[in-house]
Amino acid sequence: MPKASAAWLGSDLVSESMIHARGLRKSFGDFEAVKGIDIDVRRGEAFGFLGPNGAGKSSTMRMIAAVSPVTGGELRILGMDPDTEGPAIRGRLGVCPQEDTLDNELNVRDNLYIYGRYFGIPKAEVNARTDELLEFVSLTEKAKSRVEDLSGGMKRRLTIARSLVNQPDLLLLDEPTTGLDPQARHTLWDKLFRLKQAGVTLVITTHYMDEAEQLCDRLVVMDKGVIVAEGSPLDLIRTHSTREVAELRFGVGEHDAVAEKIADLGDRVEVLPDRLLVYTEDGEAVIAKVHERGLEPIAVLVRRSTLEDVFLRLTGRTLVD
Amino acid sequence: MATATEVTTTTSELSLATGVIRQYDYWATVTKRTWRASVVSSFLSPIFYVVAMGVLLGGFIEGDPDQLEGATSYLAFIVPGLVAAHAMQTAVGETTYPVMGMFKWHKTYEGMAATPLEPRHLAGAHLAFVAFRLATTCGVFMLVLVPFGLFATWWGPILAYLSQILVGMTFATLVYGLSCRMQRETGFGVLFRLGVFPLFLFSGAFFPVSNLGDVGAALARLTPLWHGVNLSRMFAIDNVDWGVAAINVAVLVAMTAWGWHWSVTGITKRLIT
Repeated sequence: MPKASAAWLGSDLVSESMIHARGLRKSFGDFEAVKGIDIDVRRGEAFGFLGPNGAGKSSTMRMIAAVSPVTGGELRILGMDPDTEGPAIRGRLGVCPQEDTLDNELNVRDNLYIYGRYFGIPKAEVNARTDELLEFVSLTEKAKSRVEDLSGGMKRRLTIARSLVNQPDLLLLDEPTTGLDPQARHTLWDKLFRLKQAGVTLVITTHYMDEAEQLCDRLVVMDKGVIVAEGSPLDLIRTHSTREVAELRFGVGEHDAVAEKIADLGDRVEVLPDRLLVYTEDGEAVIAKVHERGLEPIAVLVRRSTLEDVFLRLTGRTLVD
Repeated sequence: MATATEVTTTTSELSLATGVIRQYDYWATVTKRTWRASVVSSFLSPIFYVVAMGVLLGGFIEGDPDQLEGATSYLAFIVPGLVAAHAMQTAVGETTYPVMGMFKWHKTYEGMAATPLEPRHLAGAHLAFVAFRLATTCGVFMLVLVPFGLFATWWGPILAYLSQILVGMTFATLVYGLSCRMQRETGFGVLFRLGVFPLFLFSGAFFPVSNLGDVGAALARLTPLWHGVNLSRMFAIDNVDWGVAAINVAVLVAMTAWGWHWSVTGITKRLIT
């Protein structure tokens, strides 16, 4: 499949603005899940929604997938209005939902074939695409296996293959690696990276900052239905955090007291239940000064700032509660 | 890779027929997977019923046409009603747990809804599959009955067969719409115990509803199953009151039409949130 570039993307059916949202809102009864967000996703971009559970990411994704009516504001997908052109939009989207919706009782190949038929793709064409996609997600040997016999990572790869069967202009991935073991996550990232290189526009929601850093050219950080920051992973880290972070672990219950004693050592000190985070340009220097003050941490670690730190700074909470 | 000229995928607003046909491969696969199990219910159960209720129990009942709505034997009386009742049970069976499964356990509908297909297409294809199940199961049942020599004319059984499919679809659409609105499967037990089972017993399949007294008979005639049983029997034994038959058909068609609307609004509310 996607080799040097995904050939179908040259189509003039594809507009430059893949997603355009202004003041987009979504309510369920009295609960406002999305509270007026602006988004622009351009062709060929890998765009991320980063945020904890309940931030409004999935509600936003469902509106983009044209299966959830917009409550307020403006939304255009591939230049079309999801309210009136839902089927046309969905025909050009690939959707990889958070929970697998594969048919467990069908074999791997039939899952792709039958799904392709929903798009009205002719039988011969969908057969050819099925073979290519199985190859792309390394499941050719499992073509005749039943889905329920696959591992979690294989199922997720099959879901991604299925979402590509209509050669989508825009691929929506909702928490693509949640619940997978580290090796399966890396295999999946590799596949997604290849798609990105082939020019497929990816929209990813995740609460894993490493995933966002690996895959996204640009992302928005969402919290409680609003966008709290936007930019490339590197920009966000530069703007909202320091170069390094010194992590210090003390005895249970000591962290608040210690935090006061070292508050002047960094730009900022965060107290987490199990450790202190000191934000600084030079982590090693901070640790040396901590020792000079006669404090004896149980464990220390110096690392680069990540999106997790950005999130903590912006919302006062960690991504994974 | 193919050139990007597949405009088939970019046409908005598919017709109902196109949307349903696109799901043919899915339902054909489901059929291949389940037909063996359904052979038992569509072939063996009818034989059991006919032998036990019609022949063995019916042997104790006097075949007085005045008492049996014109049937010359209890077997001839009970069998057309049984097929109609069997259609109801098949329809309810296919539109309860399987529908819940498509929403909740397998999320098949969610995957389908992410394609150009719309909820009405999903309901249409599912109900078309139920119609196919009804056509085969009632067809087999009716063929099994031929050697018993119960049918008075060649055309009567054909109209009886169509009535059985019609009453089956009335139940299919009504129950499908209900299943779309149910969050938990526990309600199905109530539906079977307090809905399907009493209807099966008291809608005129086993005895003339006039035996229920004036109020009981009036109530029984309000149920969709009675209309199906009555049509099926009148045609099978060639004792047709065309005025009553027209009312029976009109009631079932109207209820099925309403059931279709109820189904489409139900699945749309469930999937498009």
